[in-house]
Amino acid sequence: MPKRWIQRDEKPRRWLLSERIFKYATAAAGAYVLAVILVMAIQLGFESAPIWEEEGAEFVFGTDWNSVPGRESYGALPYVLGTLITSALALALGFPLSIGIAMLVMIMPKRLGRPLGYLVDLIEAVPSVVFGLWGLFVFRLYFRDYVEKPLHDTLGDSIYLFGGTPFGLDVLTASIILAIMIIPTISSISREVMSAVPHQQKEAAYMLGSTTFEMFRMAIFPYSKAGLLGAAMLGLGRAVGETMAVTMLIGNATGANAMVSSLFDAGQTMPSIIANEFLEASPIGLHTPALIGIGLILLGVGLAINVTAHFLVGRMVKVNEGPVH
Amino acid sequence: MSHESRQQKRAEIRAMFKSNVRRRLWVDKIMRGAVVACALTAIIPLVWILGTAVYSGLPVLSWAFLTEEPGAVGAGLISIGPAIQGTLILIGLSSVLGLPVGILGGIYLAEFGGGGWLARQIRFFMDVFIQVPSIVLGIFAFLAVVLVLGHFSVWAGGFALSLIMFPIVARATEESIRMVPWTYREAGAALGLSKMAITLRIVLSQAKKGIITGVLLSVSRVGGETAPLIMTVVGSSVFFEDMDTPMDALPLRIWRFSLQPYDEARIAGWGAAFTLLLVIFAIHLGVRYFFMQEHGGKGLRVVLHLGRKVR
Amino acid sequence: MRAITKQERHTPPELEPQRRYKMVTENVSIYYGDVHAVKDITMKFPEQSVTALIGPSGCGKTTYLRCLNRMHDMVQNARVDGRVLLDDTDLYDKSIDPIYHRRKVGMVFQKPNPFPTMSIYDNVVAGVKLNGVRNRAILDEIVEDCLNLAYLWDEVHDILRKPALELSGGQQQRLCIARALAIQPEVLLMDEPASALDPIATQKIEETIQELKKDYCIIIVTHNMQQAVRCSDYTGFMYMGSLIEHGETKQVFERPADKLTAKYVQGQFG
Repeated sequence: MPKRWIQRDEKPRRWLLSERIFKYATAAAGAYVLAVILVMAIQLGFESAPIWEEEGAEFVFGTDWNSVPGRESYGALPYVLGTLITSALALALGFPLSIGIAMLVMIMPKRLGRPLGYLVDLIEAVPSVVFGLWGLFVFRLYFRDYVEKPLHDTLGDSIYLFGGTPFGLDVLTASIILAIMIIPTISSISREVMSAVPHQQKEAAYMLGSTTFEMFRMAIFPYSKAGLLGAAMLGLGRAVGETMAVTMLIGNATGANAMVSSLFDAGQTMPSIIANEFLEASPIGLHTPALIGIGLILLGVGLAINVTAHFLVGRMVKVNEGPVH
Repeated sequence: MSHESRQQKRAEIRAMFKSNVRRRLWVDKIMRGAVVACALTAIIPLVWILGTAVYSGLPVLSWAFLTEEPGAVGAGLISIGPAIQGTLILIGLSSVLGLPVGILGGIYLAEFGGGGWLARQIRFFMDVFIQVPSIVLGIFAFLAVVLVLGHFSVWAGGFALSLIMFPIVARATEESIRMVPWTYREAGAALGLSKMAITLRIVLSQAKKGIITGVLLSVSRVGGETAPLIMTVVGSSVFFEDMDTPMDALPLRIWRFSLQPYDEARIAGWGAAFTLLLVIFAIHLGVRYFFMQEHGGKGLRVVLHLGRKVR
Repeated sequence: MRAITKQERHTPPELEPQRRYKMVTENVSIYYGDVHAVKDITMKFPEQSVTALIGPSGCGKTTYLRCLNRMHDMVQNARVDGRVLLDDTDLYDKSIDPIYHRRKVGMVFQKPNPFPTMSIYDNVVAGVKLNGVRNRAILDEIVEDCLNLAYLWDEVHDILRKPALELSGGQQQRLCIARALAIQPEVLLMDEPASALDPIATQKIEETIQELKKDYCIIIVTHNMQQAVRCSDYTGFMYMGSLIEHGETKQVFERPADKLTAKYVQGQFG
């Protein structure tokens, strides 16, 4: 595509002006995203300044959470950890499933694979709050009775992770719902990434007498490694920011109670504490700045994860353009 | 090395090859079973959710349920009229705020920015921005609109949702415009049209389907968003009054229902969830049926998941 | 160009009746959807010889070659009719998985396709490892043998651990030959192995073919007639999906029995 548009000096001035206005309007609309990110970061930083001044590093590493006036104390560590633990668990459960689905779509005939891929994509269309509703009123009850209780009864005494009283509103339930929610993201990106592997690579593996699964191991996974990692990171980013379903299922403990010691403990994540307390927070004290501060941390974590993910997927694209084909 | 000795050697090596093909084919079969199991594990919850929504939600639906105010708990019927109205208003407002920015931004990326530095930064940050946790956008709308105006308002909610909408629309617009063959632009230029006229009249009309797809999918995403509404429109149990007061929305209402310990709230919650799913799935299936089969489908799907087209 | 009728089609001769045939195809037809890409080909490939398949592009020679390795199984709407016999076993027998045959039939593709993330060494032994051979010493020996056969050992013996992508195009192609040889096949299929290479690399690969011929049944697809003359013993000329003529290379090029073949080898079309 030629970069430069044809210069038209002979046109009347008025026309050129409207041209120029149009161009700058589109550029401004494009640059809007940069402005929003910048203003957002500044404003979150500015509005949460009181809590950083008051608590300093304690805000990140403390575990107290008390909003009673006069005894205010805010530490976000339990929520940061809660977010990391639920997201990591969700990724550990959801990533293999997603890769499996992507593999299935690839080895199926197209007329079956496409509807399947579409069905999985539909999971993403289900709103978070509906996932939460289902988790709360349906899934939790079955999960508690048929998975958590047996696990607790058999392994609870010996394995620390399965201690606590299974109630269904806990870290594990929230992580499982999260895992389901991130499947469409990971599987559809890994599908794109894996089908970008050149056909010649697959042929090379088949020629050596490999089975379909060995072909994946030999040709597709190594080639698309970076892209798959990027897909996982994007899934992680999605899990970290997920609010409603987690809020409805994680049990919403606060302060030191939210430090996760067992999978069956109630916990709290950064988004869920904001969703739960933002409206109740008094505008006078430090409660609102504390929640905004958590929002700032969340923004930072989210940006870091997604920037990494995009670089990884970008690297995949570069490998693709490499000298192999 | 002579021919015979080499032949002998090859026979020796071949003898070392294990007759493991049967085992490997078994492993392959097991893996095939495993990936089918993966798909089932993902599909079962989807079917379960949709099934529950239909089973518990469909019987609740009635004209009164969809159009009246909620009323007090215990008064019998709980309705979601204001919530539906609010969600429609929010979709409209966020479209008004988000679509022009999104479409113009997409035009910039495809037509003017090219591979330049600014365009690359914008594209990159749009991709990243699509993934920013929506609750953070809610806080931002709270700080930038609610605190400035001094009260919760429909404006704040619409603004927050428009932030979710515009990067999706922009990237969808960009990808669709890129698929318009260059010859169309040349034809326009040959007619003596200005760049603006070519872009608005020729290119956009060619890219129409892809852009509409992006818009509809972003609408379906925005319609189901809850988190940024908590601190902006807050929720209400009466119909819309004016732009400067709190308002209800369907996902918010579902959340409120879930917090109430009454059976009728749970039942109404499923009714509301069914309604919401109905709207969102109708959009998705419609988009699928009318638009996605064409060449734009693949790129757009990736745009929506990742914000980056894997080329 | 005139249409080819069934009567005019050349019937392949018994090349040398005393010779053992490694691979035989009987009435092979290949369809892509509704397209009849390869029409009713019957051909025999003797042991320890090189057979070249020539013909203008689009004549189906690559399609035909790929069916000798059941590579069409991966293409969703492709269908193969007829029989392909390797040592009297039918390749397309439904009860036998293609893996069993692919162990015996190695293939080198048009474009070099080494596994980019693996080292040179790992590329060579990739297929051997599939067959359960893990012994270091044996693997080392196989790597040296196969790289020697592919005329690559001298160039890479001190950089075996480097990624295969650091090699030049010609070296990558010879690496692919070594990789195919490492599974100790009995037949070697080559699909225009020198099409993407410079003259020096091409010459090396042709030398390799001459060396390999002593042990293998080699079938090579080429659009380069000089190459066919230089390295093959037998030549099959294909046109529009049909086998027009098949015989000793010398005869096909010097005394073609078919007018179409004559035109093609004289360079009048293609």
